[in-house]
Amino acid sequence: MQALGLDVLFKGQNFIRLLGGLGVALRISLIAVVISIPAGVLLGTLMTKKNPVIRGILRFYLEFMRIMPQMVLLFLVFFGSTRSLGLDLSGETSAVIVFSLWGTAEMSDLVRGAITSIPRHQYDAAAALCLSERQTYYYIIFPQALRRLLPLSINLITRMIKTTSLVLMIGVVEIIKVAQQIIEANRMSSPNAAFGVYLTVFMMYFLACFPISMLARFLEKRFYE
Amino acid sequence: MSEEVLTLRGVVKEFDGKTILDGIDLTIRQGEVAVIIGPSGCGKSTLLRCINALEPIREGEILLQGEPIRAGAKNLPSLRQKIGMVFQSYDLYPHMTVMENITLSPRKVQKRDRREVEREAAELLARVGLSDKAESYPRQLSGGQKQRVAIVRMLIMQPEILLFDEVTAALDPEMVREVLDVMLELAHQGRTMLIVTHEMAFAQAIAHRIIFMDDGRIVEEGTPGQFFTKPQTKRAQEFLDRFRFDT
Repeated sequence: MQALGLDVLFKGQNFIRLLGGLGVALRISLIAVVISIPAGVLLGTLMTKKNPVIRGILRFYLEFMRIMPQMVLLFLVFFGSTRSLGLDLSGETSAVIVFSLWGTAEMSDLVRGAITSIPRHQYDAAAALCLSERQTYYYIIFPQALRRLLPLSINLITRMIKTTSLVLMIGVVEIIKVAQQIIEANRMSSPNAAFGVYLTVFMMYFLACFPISMLARFLEKRFYE
Repeated sequence: MSEEVLTLRGVVKEFDGKTILDGIDLTIRQGEVAVIIGPSGCGKSTLLRCINALEPIREGEILLQGEPIRAGAKNLPSLRQKIGMVFQSYDLYPHMTVMENITLSPRKVQKRDRREVEREAAELLARVGLSDKAESYPRQLSGGQKQRVAIVRMLIMQPEILLFDEVTAALDPEMVREVLDVMLELAHQGRTMLIVTHEMAFAQAIAHRIIFMDDGRIVEEGTPGQFFTKPQTKRAQEFLDRFRFDT
Protein backbone atom coordinates (compact mmCIF):
# COMPACT_ATOMS: atom_id res chain seq x y z
CA MET A 1 0.00 0.00 0.00
CA GLN A 2 2.75 2.37 1.04
CA ALA A 3 4.86 1.59 -2.04
CA LEU A 4 1.99 2.12 -4.45
CA GLY A 5 0.93 5.24 -2.66
CA LEU A 6 -2.62 4.00 -2.21
CA ASP A 7 -2.63 4.74 1.50
CA VAL A 8 -3.21 8.43 0.81
CA LEU A 9 -6.69 7.67 -0.43
CA PHE A 10 -7.79 6.55 2.98
CA LYS A 11 -6.55 9.62 4.75
CA GLY A 12 -9.33 11.96 5.75
CA GLN A 13 -11.87 12.69 3.01
CA ASN A 14 -9.48 12.08 0.11
CA PHE A 15 -11.42 9.35 -1.65
CA ILE A 16 -14.69 11.18 -1.31
CA ARG A 17 -13.02 14.33 -2.62
CA LEU A 18 -11.82 12.46 -5.70
CA LEU A 19 -15.34 11.19 -6.30
CA GLY A 20 -16.58 14.74 -5.94
CA GLY A 21 -14.06 15.78 -8.59
CA LEU A 22 -15.36 13.08 -10.90
CA GLY A 23 -18.85 14.38 -10.17
CA VAL A 24 -17.85 17.85 -11.38
CA ALA A 25 -16.39 16.39 -14.60
CA LEU A 26 -19.52 14.32 -15.22
CA ARG A 27 -21.82 17.23 -14.41
CA ILE A 28 -20.10 19.48 -16.97
CA SER A 29 -20.25 16.72 -19.61
CA LEU A 30 -23.86 15.86 -18.84
CA ILE A 31 -25.13 19.43 -19.17
CA ALA A 32 -23.08 19.88 -22.35
CA VAL A 33 -24.48 16.65 -23.80
CA VAL A 34 -28.06 17.61 -22.97
CA ILE A 35 -27.54 20.89 -24.84
CA SER A 36 -25.42 19.49 -27.70
CA ILE A 37 -27.70 16.70 -28.82
CA PRO A 38 -30.84 18.66 -29.71
CA ALA A 39 -28.78 21.60 -30.99
CA GLY A 40 -26.62 19.24 -33.04
CA VAL A 41 -29.68 17.52 -34.52
CA LEU A 42 -31.09 20.89 -35.55
CA LEU A 43 -27.86 22.24 -37.06
CA GLY A 44 -26.97 18.88 -38.64
CA THR A 45 -30.35 18.76 -40.37
CA LEU A 46 -29.86 22.32 -41.62
CA MET A 47 -26.44 21.35 -42.99
CA THR A 48 -28.11 18.87 -45.35
CA LYS A 49 -30.21 21.67 -46.89
CA LYS A 50 -29.27 23.26 -50.17
CA ASN A 51 -29.17 26.88 -48.95
CA PRO A 52 -25.51 27.91 -49.52
CA VAL A 53 -25.54 30.70 -46.91
CA ILE A 54 -26.74 28.48 -44.08
CA ARG A 55 -24.37 25.74 -45.15
CA GLY A 56 -21.43 28.12 -45.33
CA ILE A 57 -22.06 29.53 -41.86
CA LEU A 58 -22.48 26.09 -40.31
CA ARG A 59 -19.42 24.75 -42.11
CA PHE A 60 -17.37 27.65 -40.75
CA TYR A 61 -18.67 27.05 -37.23
CA LEU A 62 -17.84 23.36 -37.42
CA GLU A 63 -14.33 23.89 -38.79
CA PHE A 64 -13.62 26.63 -36.24
CA MET A 65 -14.63 24.37 -33.35
CA ARG A 66 -12.59 21.52 -34.75
CA ILE A 67 -9.42 23.46 -35.45
CA MET A 68 -9.32 25.36 -32.16
CA PRO A 69 -7.81 23.30 -29.35
CA GLN A 70 -10.40 22.96 -26.62
CA MET A 71 -7.97 24.58 -24.21
CA VAL A 72 -7.84 27.72 -26.32
CA LEU A 73 -11.63 27.78 -26.44
CA LEU A 74 -11.74 27.52 -22.66
CA PHE A 75 -9.30 30.43 -22.27
CA LEU A 76 -11.16 32.42 -24.86
CA VAL A 77 -14.48 32.10 -23.07
CA PHE A 78 -13.20 32.26 -19.49
CA PHE A 79 -10.73 35.13 -19.80
CA GLY A 80 -12.01 36.71 -22.99
CA SER A 81 -15.56 37.14 -21.76
CA THR A 82 -14.35 38.96 -18.65
CA ARG A 83 -12.09 41.38 -20.50
CA SER A 84 -14.17 42.16 -23.53
CA LEU A 85 -17.75 41.61 -22.43
CA GLY A 86 -17.39 42.45 -18.77
CA LEU A 87 -19.02 39.18 -17.77
CA ASP A 88 -17.88 37.34 -14.71
CA LEU A 89 -18.39 33.73 -15.73
CA SER A 90 -17.37 31.02 -13.28
CA GLY A 91 -14.95 28.40 -14.51
CA GLU A 92 -17.66 25.78 -14.57
CA THR A 93 -20.07 27.93 -16.53
CA SER A 94 -17.33 28.69 -19.07
CA ALA A 95 -16.60 24.99 -19.32
CA VAL A 96 -20.26 24.18 -19.94
CA ILE A 97 -20.42 26.86 -22.65
CA VAL A 98 -17.28 25.60 -24.40
CA PHE A 99 -18.26 21.95 -24.23
CA SER A 100 -21.77 22.71 -25.46
CA LEU A 101 -20.45 24.70 -28.42
CA TRP A 102 -17.90 22.04 -29.25
CA GLY A 103 -20.34 19.16 -28.69
CA THR A 104 -22.96 20.85 -30.86
CA ALA A 105 -20.45 21.22 -33.68
CA GLU A 106 -19.31 17.60 -33.49
CA MET A 107 -22.86 16.34 -33.08
CA SER A 108 -24.10 18.36 -36.05
CA ASP A 109 -21.46 16.76 -38.25
CA LEU A 110 -22.47 13.29 -37.06
CA VAL A 111 -26.13 14.09 -37.74
CA ARG A 112 -25.31 15.49 -41.18
CA GLY A 113 -23.34 12.33 -41.98
CA ALA A 114 -26.14 10.06 -40.76
CA ILE A 115 -28.80 11.90 -42.75
CA THR A 116 -26.81 12.04 -45.98
CA SER A 117 -26.08 8.33 -45.66
CA ILE A 118 -29.79 7.62 -46.20
CA PRO A 119 -30.14 6.81 -49.92
CA ARG A 120 -31.81 9.36 -52.19
CA HIS A 121 -34.30 6.64 -53.14
CA GLN A 122 -35.90 6.76 -49.72
CA TYR A 123 -36.83 10.41 -50.29
CA ASP A 124 -38.20 9.55 -53.74
CA ALA A 125 -40.28 6.67 -52.42
CA ALA A 126 -41.66 8.85 -49.63
CA ALA A 127 -42.44 11.65 -52.10
CA ALA A 128 -44.12 9.25 -54.51
CA LEU A 129 -46.24 8.04 -51.59
CA CYS A 130 -47.30 11.64 -50.96
CA LEU A 131 -45.61 12.18 -47.61
CA SER A 132 -44.89 15.84 -46.89
CA GLU A 133 -41.32 16.93 -46.24
CA ARG A 134 -41.93 16.97 -42.49
CA GLN A 135 -43.52 13.53 -42.54
CA THR A 136 -40.65 12.21 -44.62
CA TYR A 137 -38.10 13.34 -42.06
CA TYR A 138 -40.19 12.25 -39.10
CA TYR A 139 -41.24 8.78 -40.27
CA ILE A 140 -38.55 7.81 -42.78
CA ILE A 141 -35.28 9.72 -42.51
CA PHE A 142 -34.78 10.37 -38.77
CA PRO A 143 -35.59 6.84 -37.58
CA GLN A 144 -33.06 5.40 -40.03
CA ALA A 145 -30.47 8.09 -39.29
CA LEU A 146 -30.89 7.48 -35.56
CA ARG A 147 -29.70 3.91 -35.88
CA ARG A 148 -26.48 5.04 -37.48
CA LEU A 149 -26.16 7.96 -35.10
CA LEU A 150 -26.55 6.30 -31.71
CA PRO A 151 -23.20 4.51 -31.44
CA LEU A 152 -21.35 7.52 -32.86
CA SER A 153 -22.95 10.00 -30.50
CA ILE A 154 -22.24 7.80 -27.51
CA ASN A 155 -18.58 7.79 -28.47
CA LEU A 156 -18.76 11.57 -28.58
CA ILE A 157 -20.07 11.56 -25.00
CA THR A 158 -17.12 9.53 -23.71
CA ARG A 159 -14.74 11.83 -25.60
CA MET A 160 -16.38 14.77 -23.86
CA ILE A 161 -16.01 13.23 -20.43
CA LYS A 162 -12.32 12.63 -21.05
CA THR A 163 -11.73 16.11 -22.42
CA THR A 164 -13.18 17.75 -19.30
CA SER A 165 -9.77 17.11 -17.71
CA LEU A 166 -8.73 20.37 -19.41
CA VAL A 167 -11.03 22.54 -17.31
CA LEU A 168 -8.58 22.51 -14.42
CA MET A 169 -6.69 25.07 -16.51
CA ILE A 170 -9.41 27.63 -15.84
CA GLY A 171 -9.57 26.84 -12.16
CA VAL A 172 -12.38 24.30 -12.03
CA VAL A 173 -11.66 21.77 -9.34
CA GLU A 174 -12.50 18.55 -11.12
CA ILE A 175 -11.05 15.10 -10.63
CA ILE A 176 -7.53 15.76 -11.97
CA LYS A 177 -7.24 18.94 -9.94
CA VAL A 178 -8.36 17.15 -6.77
CA ALA A 179 -5.81 14.43 -7.49
CA GLN A 180 -3.05 17.03 -7.83
CA GLN A 181 -4.11 18.69 -4.58
CA ILE A 182 -4.02 15.38 -2.72
CA ILE A 183 -0.60 14.56 -4.10
CA GLU A 184 0.73 18.03 -3.24
CA ALA A 185 -0.61 17.92 0.29
CA ASN A 186 0.95 14.54 0.99
CA ARG A 187 4.28 15.09 -0.70
CA MET A 188 6.23 14.57 2.55
CA SER A 189 4.25 11.81 4.22
CA SER A 190 3.66 9.66 1.09
CA PRO A 191 6.07 10.50 -1.71
CA ASN A 192 4.63 7.69 -3.82
CA ALA A 193 1.11 9.12 -3.79
CA ALA A 194 1.24 10.19 -7.46
CA PHE A 195 1.06 6.63 -8.67
CA GLY A 196 -1.74 5.49 -6.40
CA VAL A 197 -3.85 8.58 -6.87
CA TYR A 198 -3.56 8.69 -10.64
CA LEU A 199 -4.24 4.96 -10.78
CA THR A 200 -7.45 5.64 -8.88
CA VAL A 201 -8.27 8.51 -11.24
CA PHE A 202 -7.72 6.15 -14.15
CA MET A 203 -10.07 3.59 -12.62
CA MET A 204 -12.72 6.24 -12.02
CA TYR A 205 -12.61 7.48 -15.61
CA PHE A 206 -12.72 3.90 -16.76
CA LEU A 207 -15.76 3.09 -14.61
CA ALA A 208 -17.52 6.20 -15.90
CA CYS A 209 -16.77 5.63 -19.60
CA PHE A 210 -16.69 1.86 -19.92
CA PRO A 211 -20.45 1.27 -19.40
CA ILE A 212 -21.14 4.01 -21.95
CA SER A 213 -18.81 2.36 -24.48
CA MET A 214 -20.45 -1.00 -23.79
CA LEU A 215 -23.85 0.53 -24.42
CA ALA A 216 -22.55 1.87 -27.74
CA ARG A 217 -21.34 -1.57 -28.73
CA PHE A 218 -24.60 -3.20 -27.68
CA LEU A 219 -26.66 -0.72 -29.69
CA GLU A 220 -24.38 -1.13 -32.70
CA LYS A 221 -24.92 -4.87 -32.66
CA ARG A 222 -28.65 -4.51 -32.29
CA PHE A 223 -28.98 -2.09 -35.18
CA TYR A 224 -26.59 -3.69 -37.63
CA GLU A 225 -27.76 -7.27 -37.23
CA MET B 1 -62.58 7.28 -76.83
CA SER B 2 -62.23 7.17 -73.07
CA GLU B 3 -61.06 9.99 -70.85
CA GLU B 4 -57.48 11.30 -70.97
CA VAL B 5 -55.75 10.52 -67.69
CA LEU B 6 -52.34 11.89 -68.51
CA THR B 7 -51.31 14.42 -71.11
CA LEU B 8 -47.79 15.62 -71.86
CA ARG B 9 -47.21 18.57 -74.16
CA GLY B 10 -43.73 19.51 -75.35
CA VAL B 11 -41.96 18.35 -72.21
CA VAL B 12 -38.29 19.34 -72.13
CA LYS B 13 -35.97 18.27 -69.35
CA GLU B 14 -32.35 19.31 -69.03
CA PHE B 15 -29.75 18.13 -66.60
CA ASP B 16 -26.34 19.81 -66.31
CA GLY B 17 -26.83 21.44 -69.68
CA LYS B 18 -27.63 18.13 -71.34
CA THR B 19 -31.06 17.61 -72.86
CA ILE B 20 -32.59 14.46 -71.43
CA LEU B 21 -36.13 14.89 -72.73
CA ASP B 22 -36.46 16.79 -75.96
CA GLY B 23 -40.10 17.71 -76.52
CA ILE B 24 -42.25 14.79 -75.41
CA ASP B 25 -45.94 14.71 -76.41
CA LEU B 26 -47.90 11.85 -74.98
CA THR B 27 -51.48 11.03 -74.04
CA ILE B 28 -52.54 8.12 -71.88
CA ARG B 29 -56.24 7.27 -71.74
CA GLN B 30 -58.29 5.61 -69.03
CA GLY B 31 -57.60 1.87 -68.91
CA GLU B 32 -54.71 2.01 -71.33
CA VAL B 33 -51.51 0.04 -70.79
CA ALA B 34 -48.60 1.77 -72.48
CA VAL B 35 -45.08 0.37 -72.44
CA ILE B 36 -42.05 2.56 -73.02
CA ILE B 37 -38.99 0.83 -74.40
CA GLY B 38 -35.70 2.10 -75.69
CA PRO B 39 -31.94 1.93 -75.18
CA SER B 40 -30.44 2.82 -71.79
CA GLY B 41 -30.07 6.53 -71.30
CA CYS B 42 -32.83 7.38 -73.75
CA GLY B 43 -34.70 9.24 -71.00
CA LYS B 44 -37.50 6.78 -70.30
CA SER B 45 -36.93 6.59 -66.55
CA THR B 46 -36.51 10.36 -66.38
CA LEU B 47 -39.84 10.69 -68.15
CA LEU B 48 -41.59 8.71 -65.41
CA ARG B 49 -39.84 10.75 -62.73
CA CYS B 50 -40.97 13.97 -64.40
CA ILE B 51 -44.56 12.75 -64.60
CA ASN B 52 -44.49 12.17 -60.86
CA ALA B 53 -42.84 15.59 -60.36
CA LEU B 54 -39.81 14.02 -58.74
CA GLU B 55 -37.84 16.08 -61.26
CA PRO B 56 -38.64 19.61 -62.41
CA ILE B 57 -39.11 20.13 -66.16
CA ARG B 58 -37.82 23.10 -68.13
CA GLU B 59 -40.54 23.47 -70.73
CA GLY B 60 -43.91 22.06 -71.60
CA GLU B 61 -46.67 20.86 -69.34
CA ILE B 62 -47.83 17.67 -67.72
CA LEU B 63 -51.58 17.40 -67.09
CA LEU B 64 -53.14 14.86 -64.80
CA GLN B 65 -56.86 14.63 -65.54
CA GLY B 66 -56.56 18.18 -66.83
CA GLU B 67 -54.68 19.58 -63.84
CA PRO B 68 -51.07 20.66 -64.28
CA ILE B 69 -48.56 18.85 -62.10
CA ARG B 70 -45.31 20.62 -61.27
CA ALA B 71 -42.43 19.95 -58.88
CA GLY B 72 -42.71 22.25 -55.88
CA ALA B 73 -46.36 23.15 -56.48
CA LYS B 74 -48.66 23.58 -53.49
CA ASN B 75 -51.24 21.05 -54.63
CA LEU B 76 -48.57 18.46 -55.39
CA PRO B 77 -49.27 16.10 -52.46
CA SER B 78 -52.96 15.80 -53.36
CA LEU B 79 -52.31 15.48 -57.10
CA ARG B 80 -49.66 12.87 -56.50
CA GLN B 81 -52.20 10.64 -54.80
CA LYS B 82 -53.55 9.98 -58.27
CA ILE B 83 -50.18 8.63 -59.36
CA GLY B 84 -48.71 5.41 -58.09
CA MET B 85 -45.07 4.66 -58.75
CA VAL B 86 -42.88 1.61 -58.26
CA PHE B 87 -39.12 1.84 -58.57
CA GLN B 88 -36.41 -0.49 -59.78
CA SER B 89 -34.80 -0.72 -56.33
CA TYR B 90 -38.12 -1.36 -54.47
CA ASP B 91 -37.26 1.32 -51.89
CA LEU B 92 -39.26 -0.14 -49.07
CA TYR B 93 -38.62 1.57 -45.73
CA PRO B 94 -36.07 -0.79 -44.12
CA HIS B 95 -36.96 0.09 -40.52
CA MET B 96 -40.64 -0.78 -40.88
CA THR B 97 -42.48 -4.06 -41.26
CA VAL B 98 -44.30 -4.87 -44.48
CA MET B 99 -47.60 -3.87 -42.88
CA GLU B 100 -46.17 -0.56 -41.62
CA ASN B 101 -44.64 0.14 -45.04
CA ILE B 102 -48.02 -0.31 -46.68
CA THR B 103 -50.20 1.49 -44.17
CA LEU B 104 -48.03 4.55 -43.43
CA SER B 105 -49.22 6.79 -46.26
CA PRO B 106 -52.93 5.86 -46.17
CA ARG B 107 -52.97 6.60 -42.45
CA LYS B 108 -50.78 9.69 -42.31
CA VAL B 109 -51.55 11.30 -45.66
CA GLN B 110 -55.10 10.16 -46.39
CA LYS B 111 -55.99 10.03 -42.68
CA ARG B 112 -57.82 6.78 -43.12
CA ASP B 113 -58.83 4.59 -40.22
CA ARG B 114 -56.06 2.23 -39.14
CA ARG B 115 -58.22 -0.89 -38.94
CA GLU B 116 -59.79 -0.33 -42.33
CA VAL B 117 -56.38 0.27 -43.93
CA GLU B 118 -54.89 -2.81 -42.32
CA ARG B 119 -57.78 -4.93 -43.53
CA GLU B 120 -57.33 -3.65 -47.07
CA ALA B 121 -53.57 -4.18 -46.84
CA ALA B 122 -54.13 -7.78 -45.75
CA GLU B 123 -56.47 -8.37 -48.72
CA LEU B 124 -53.98 -6.89 -51.16
CA LEU B 125 -51.11 -8.89 -49.67
CA ALA B 126 -53.18 -12.04 -50.10
CA ARG B 127 -53.76 -11.17 -53.75
CA VAL B 128 -50.01 -11.02 -54.39
CA GLY B 129 -49.40 -14.18 -52.35
CA LEU B 130 -47.71 -12.58 -49.35
CA SER B 131 -50.25 -13.05 -46.56
CA ASP B 132 -47.65 -14.58 -44.27
CA LYS B 133 -45.17 -11.70 -44.68
CA ALA B 134 -47.15 -8.85 -43.09
CA GLU B 135 -44.96 -8.72 -39.99
CA SER B 136 -41.66 -9.35 -41.80
CA TYR B 137 -39.04 -6.71 -42.35
CA PRO B 138 -37.88 -5.91 -45.90
CA ARG B 139 -34.46 -7.47 -45.26
CA GLN B 140 -36.18 -10.82 -44.66
CA LEU B 141 -37.78 -10.82 -48.11
CA SER B 142 -36.49 -11.80 -51.54
CA GLY B 143 -36.27 -9.20 -54.28
CA GLY B 144 -39.45 -10.42 -55.93
CA GLN B 145 -41.33 -10.32 -52.64
CA LYS B 146 -40.08 -6.82 -51.93
CA GLN B 147 -41.23 -5.63 -55.31
CA ARG B 148 -44.70 -7.13 -54.78
CA VAL B 149 -44.90 -5.34 -51.42
CA ALA B 150 -43.90 -2.11 -53.19
CA ILE B 151 -46.75 -2.65 -55.66
CA VAL B 152 -49.24 -3.19 -52.82
CA ARG B 153 -47.89 -0.08 -51.07
CA MET B 154 -48.67 1.88 -54.21
CA LEU B 155 -52.09 0.30 -54.85
CA ILE B 156 -53.47 1.02 -51.40
CA MET B 157 -53.29 4.75 -52.18
CA GLN B 158 -55.92 4.11 -54.89
CA PRO B 159 -54.05 5.87 -57.70
CA GLU B 160 -55.58 6.61 -61.10
CA ILE B 161 -52.44 5.80 -63.05
CA LEU B 162 -49.65 3.37 -62.22
CA LEU B 163 -46.03 4.05 -63.18
CA PHE B 164 -43.56 1.16 -63.25
CA ASP B 165 -39.89 2.08 -63.61
CA GLU B 166 -37.93 -1.03 -64.69
CA VAL B 167 -39.39 -2.90 -61.76
CA THR B 168 -37.83 -6.24 -62.71
CA ALA B 169 -34.40 -4.95 -63.74
CA ALA B 170 -32.81 -5.60 -60.33
CA LEU B 171 -34.41 -9.01 -59.83
CA ASP B 172 -32.93 -12.47 -60.19
CA PRO B 173 -34.38 -14.10 -63.32
CA GLU B 174 -36.49 -16.63 -61.40
CA MET B 175 -38.26 -13.81 -59.53
CA VAL B 176 -39.16 -11.73 -62.55
CA ARG B 177 -42.20 -13.82 -63.36
CA GLU B 178 -43.95 -13.41 -60.01
CA VAL B 179 -43.77 -9.63 -60.36
CA LEU B 180 -44.86 -9.58 -63.99
CA ASP B 181 -47.84 -11.78 -63.14
CA VAL B 182 -49.02 -9.22 -60.60
CA MET B 183 -48.73 -6.51 -63.25
CA LEU B 184 -50.61 -8.59 -65.80
CA GLU B 185 -53.45 -9.03 -63.34
CA LEU B 186 -53.58 -5.26 -62.78
CA ALA B 187 -53.76 -4.76 -66.55
CA HIS B 188 -56.65 -7.24 -66.77
CA GLN B 189 -58.48 -5.25 -64.07
CA GLY B 190 -58.44 -2.34 -66.49
CA ARG B 191 -55.92 -0.19 -64.65
CA THR B 192 -54.22 2.66 -66.46
CA MET B 193 -50.53 1.82 -66.59
CA LEU B 194 -47.34 3.34 -67.94
CA ILE B 195 -44.50 0.84 -67.86
CA VAL B 196 -40.79 1.18 -68.56
CA THR B 197 -39.22 -2.22 -69.11
CA HIS B 198 -36.52 -4.22 -70.85
CA GLU B 199 -38.66 -7.37 -70.93
CA MET B 200 -39.65 -7.47 -74.61
CA ALA B 201 -41.85 -10.55 -74.39
CA PHE B 202 -43.68 -9.05 -71.44
CA ALA B 203 -44.08 -5.73 -73.23
CA GLN B 204 -45.61 -7.57 -76.17
CA ALA B 205 -47.99 -9.47 -73.90
CA ILE B 206 -49.25 -6.64 -71.71
CA ALA B 207 -49.17 -3.50 -73.86
CA HIS B 208 -51.98 -1.88 -75.78
CA ARG B 209 -49.41 0.52 -77.12
CA ILE B 210 -45.65 0.46 -77.43
CA ILE B 211 -43.78 3.76 -77.18
CA PHE B 212 -40.23 3.62 -78.50
CA MET B 213 -37.89 6.31 -77.20
CA ASP B 214 -34.38 7.21 -78.26
CA ASP B 215 -32.26 10.23 -77.42
CA GLY B 216 -34.95 12.01 -75.41
CA ARG B 217 -37.65 11.76 -78.06
CA ILE B 218 -40.53 9.47 -78.90
CA VAL B 219 -39.35 7.92 -82.15
CA GLU B 220 -42.17 5.51 -82.86
CA GLU B 221 -45.50 4.42 -81.41
CA GLY B 222 -47.77 1.56 -82.29
CA THR B 223 -49.57 -1.56 -81.22
CA PRO B 224 -47.29 -4.38 -80.10
CA GLY B 225 -48.29 -6.31 -83.23
CA GLN B 226 -47.13 -3.56 -85.56
CA PHE B 227 -44.10 -2.53 -83.59
CA PHE B 228 -42.51 -5.90 -82.98
CA THR B 229 -43.16 -7.34 -86.44
CA LYS B 230 -42.89 -4.29 -88.68
CA PRO B 231 -41.11 -1.40 -86.95
CA GLN B 232 -41.34 1.72 -89.11
CA THR B 233 -38.12 3.47 -88.19
CA LYS B 234 -34.55 2.37 -88.64
CA ARG B 235 -33.65 3.08 -85.04
CA ALA B 236 -36.44 0.86 -83.76
CA GLN B 237 -35.34 -1.91 -86.11
CA GLU B 238 -31.77 -1.69 -84.89
CA PHE B 239 -32.94 -1.69 -81.30
CA LEU B 240 -35.11 -4.76 -81.78
CA ASP B 241 -32.33 -6.56 -83.65
CA ARG B 242 -30.25 -6.49 -80.50
CA PHE B 243 -32.80 -8.70 -78.80
CA ARG B 244 -32.79 -11.38 -81.48
CA PHE B 245 -30.45 -14.28 -81.25
CA ASP B 246 -30.93 -16.08 -84.61
CA THR B 247 -27.69 -16.30 -86.53
